[in-house]
Amino acid sequence: MGRKSISRLAGFLGASAALSLALTGPVAAQDTVRVGIVSFLTGPAAVPFGIPGKNAAELIIDAINEGSLPAPYNSKGLGGATIEARYVDEAGSVANQVTEYRNLVQRDGVSAVVGYVSSGNCLAVAPVAEEMKTLTVLYDCGTPRIFEERDYTYVFRVTPTATMDSVGAARYVIDKKGQIPNFSGINQNYAWGQDSWRDFVLAMKTLAPNATIDRELFPKFLAGEYGAEITSLLTSQAEIIHTSFYGGDLESFVGQATGRGLFSRKTMVMSCGESAMFRLGNRMPDGTIIGARGPHGVLARESELNTWFQKAYTERYGTPPTYPSYHMAQSLLGLKAAWDKAAAAKGGKPTPEEVAKAFEGLEFDGPSTRIQMARAKGHQGISETAYGTFKFNKETNKPEVVDIVRYPADCVNPPDGVTSQEWLEGGMKGAKCD
Amino acid sequence: MAGGKYLLGGLLFIVAAAVGPFLPAWLISLLTISLASALVVLGLILLWRAGLVSFGQALYYAIGAYAVALMMRWTGIHDAFVAVIVAALAAALTAYLVGFLLARYREIFFAMLSLALSMILYGVLVKTEALGSTDGFNVSTPTFLGYAPHGFALTIALYWFALALGAVAAMCVSAYMQSVAGALAVPVRDNEIRVEYLGVSVTKLIHLKLVIAGTLAGVGGAVAAMSISHVDPAMSYWTTSGGFVFITILAGAGSVAAAFIGSILFELVRTASVALMPGTWQLILGTVLLLTILFVPGGLASLFVRRRKVAGEGAQ
Amino acid sequence: MLLGLAILTDGLVYAAYLFIVAVGLSLIFGVMKILNVAHGAFYAFGAYCAATAAGMYFDRGLPDAGGFLIMALAALAVGLVLGLILERTILRLVYGKDEVIIVLVTYAAFLILEDVILLIWGPSSLFAYQPLVIAGNFMIGPLVLSGYDLGLVLLAVVLAVGGFYGLRYTRYGRLLTAVIFDRETAAAFGVNVTRFFTVTFLIGAMLGALGGAAMAPKISVTLGIGVEVIVLAFAVVAVGGMGSMEGALVGALIVGLCRAAAVHLLPQVELFVIYAVMALVLVFRPHGLFTRAQPRKI
Repeated sequence: MGRKSISRLAGFLGASAALSLALTGPVAAQDTVRVGIVSFLTGPAAVPFGIPGKNAAELIIDAINEGSLPAPYNSKGLGGATIEARYVDEAGSVANQVTEYRNLVQRDGVSAVVGYVSSGNCLAVAPVAEEMKTLTVLYDCGTPRIFEERDYTYVFRVTPTATMDSVGAARYVIDKKGQIPNFSGINQNYAWGQDSWRDFVLAMKTLAPNATIDRELFPKFLAGEYGAEITSLLTSQAEIIHTSFYGGDLESFVGQATGRGLFSRKTMVMSCGESAMFRLGNRMPDGTIIGARGPHGVLARESELNTWFQKAYTERYGTPPTYPSYHMAQSLLGLKAAWDKAAAAKGGKPTPEEVAKAFEGLEFDGPSTRIQMARAKGHQGISETAYGTFKFNKETNKPEVVDIVRYPADCVNPPDGVTSQEWLEGGMKGAKCD
Repeated sequence: MAGGKYLLGGLLFIVAAAVGPFLPAWLISLLTISLASALVVLGLILLWRAGLVSFGQALYYAIGAYAVALMMRWTGIHDAFVAVIVAALAAALTAYLVGFLLARYREIFFAMLSLALSMILYGVLVKTEALGSTDGFNVSTPTFLGYAPHGFALTIALYWFALALGAVAAMCVSAYMQSVAGALAVPVRDNEIRVEYLGVSVTKLIHLKLVIAGTLAGVGGAVAAMSISHVDPAMSYWTTSGGFVFITILAGAGSVAAAFIGSILFELVRTASVALMPGTWQLILGTVLLLTILFVPGGLASLFVRRRKVAGEGAQ
Repeated sequence: MLLGLAILTDGLVYAAYLFIVAVGLSLIFGVMKILNVAHGAFYAFGAYCAATAAGMYFDRGLPDAGGFLIMALAALAVGLVLGLILERTILRLVYGKDEVIIVLVTYAAFLILEDVILLIWGPSSLFAYQPLVIAGNFMIGPLVLSGYDLGLVLLAVVLAVGGFYGLRYTRYGRLLTAVIFDRETAAAFGVNVTRFFTVTFLIGAMLGALGGAAMAPKISVTLGIGVEVIVLAFAVVAVGGMGSMEGALVGALIVGLCRAAAVHLLPQVELFVIYAVMALVLVFRPHGLFTRAQPRKI
């Protein structure tokens, strides 16, 4: 081993160590709170989910710091402390995400993390958050398993689970189409698609016991070419086709299926349809049943907060906010409500435990609707949901959703202490829909 | 020379273990993950010396990780030592069975077939909804012969555990590379038929290398599963394998130590890129890789191994 | 009967898609023995450029045919430029090195180009759906098929016949065949192998980009479309045998028909049918279906 090569190697190692240590910023000042925001900034999930989520985070955090949000969120900062956001890309392996979570907390000194679109990442990060005693609000992932598999002190999810989306879809189909004889489904071949379809089928089993499943298609994620699936659906007997497609897959599928006249014969039920509505515009078939994983966007209730959110978002980003933006906004607002409550009770900077205590069971208003942290010992939020029917308004040249039906939270979410699977298999007992 | 190398390696090991508790916690976790990758890369280096590049090493990595996760889930045994043995056995068995097929292949066909096999495992895992499909599932906290640490103590314990495994693996691989079977790697790469004429079965030789590399990858997967506390099918996706090959090239085939330094550097560069440019970190990663290949063609190993007619360039 | 017809037509369309996507990769591999991971980036760039061109062209009321031409030209141009940049600045520095090193170089180029797409076009999706609408659809029996898909099948046939003819009957093609078969002997006979490398890489890059342009009307052109295409193209090329035009064609047909059959008969296995076919073929014909036997070098 030559001396020169040793010194070269040492230089190499030293430089990279210095580089990574340089990232260790100074400790946050007294009157600031660091918050980590994790969302897809690259890759296929960035366009439909990650970027709308990140945009909403920027918008809401700026408004919180300025104190320019409508009441009751018009106080500045989190308990008066300015938020300093750190943005992290969610793309990469689960190992990367766990590593970056630790970096956020231990290297960058964040006091809270709001983020994660992928259910896999949520499941992996939640135990780490608990171990590190760091407040974490999961913002967009839908799997009910997170709070069903264990209890958490520091982990919260304001956004209801994906069970609500599938049950809402099934209820809307029955309300509008009656006791249909059969239905088909096309979902992505990974956990999101499989879970969405399973929940939809179970809900339909209770609501329309005689309906049979015609086609069950599972193209792989990012398949790109759906010719064979479209043929299969075209030759299917069923009029109703359920899909939890989103993003590029949804847009490609709609384009190809329109070309072959699928939608002149069939009605699609798109549980994530709203996220692609503005990009597709008049190419989205009229009559499609559209969901937004909650009563968001075009399905939102009117309120001062929603008007502000719609206007500010559209002005800043040139397009209306879709449901991932709402998920991010309500997650941040929930954190602020809890933080302010804890800070007011203490009269100073609250500890993570105090914020967590204040967060448990909290009720607060998101931009679209009221959210109750009423499940999983107050850590899992529920809200009403809504479904509607797509219609392209030729006069205003804008996509619209008509025939909106709202379902109360207790109608589409399992009762506390019952897992989604048990509830659906047991015939959705205890659902209160009036 | 060889003695000096072991001495230096031992010294490095002691230093790495001793500084552990004084490092920031995030860095320790990062090092543990890097050590897991380094174990996989050690195996890839063995194969590469014989001219084989596996684009499917994630197969064994995932098998090891899932073996640990399932053992903890089904049997309630949480001991890290048992876990690593189970993972090693599962991966070795897989490699042994798959080896009957793979050992006959060379060059790009070897790479493609190994890729196909790992993708089939990926497909099976994605279809297994009982195991959470692509969401995967959590792995319980390991114990160490009855010692059950939590928080920072657990982070340190896992780091030391991974470090010890790395040291043992490095010694074994180093010894293997100096044995007759190990030394035959380069001749196999240069001219298989002549090696056959010497009376050695190249297929058997490569089969053995596959099992060793597979076992190492399985142990790496076990360490990763315990360190991340989660397993998911993406562990067997081809991009995971691609990442390991990436580190192997960065490290170079010349040295065992390079596998470790390469893995740590890779992880440091990745995390620094993510922090500096959240939207375009792949650009930095790609550029670093490109510059390494162009300006440090023998990999990191070439920076500190002078006698360089052993592998890599020597074979050209 | 109807099912058989559906599998056949869907399989053909999927095979055409695979062939168009894989042919550039196959060519580069055949001649240069480079497994070009950057192929995925060429595909993505082709799709993005074609979609951008379509967006600028179609809303102006110009003749439709011009739109198709402009999309193809945009893709070919970007393929040429990217191919030139990559070949001239990076690849030429690593010719003659270990094959793996070259794979890694193209992998690095892929990572960089993926983010360059993000920098140029930003995180949004583009559409170029007009050709799909213009091509309309037609019926075979009770099946509604897309006119654009028929166009894709024709394009695949043209590429296959053109490639086959070009390799067999032109001077350049015959010299290229000599390079494919034995690089050293071809060089010894005075063939400028490096020149052939450059030209082949450019053609391969242009074909990759053209594949993206051909698919652009059917898909949402968005981040990450390149990644999936790489493995698909690898699989096709591995089944057919690397570097053979007939091989890529037959590989695409086998994979296409198997996938269509899976979707119609057993949708649950669609996810790994491609890899299962690939593994099976490799098990029984280790070097792919159409690879010539390699001479033993002692």
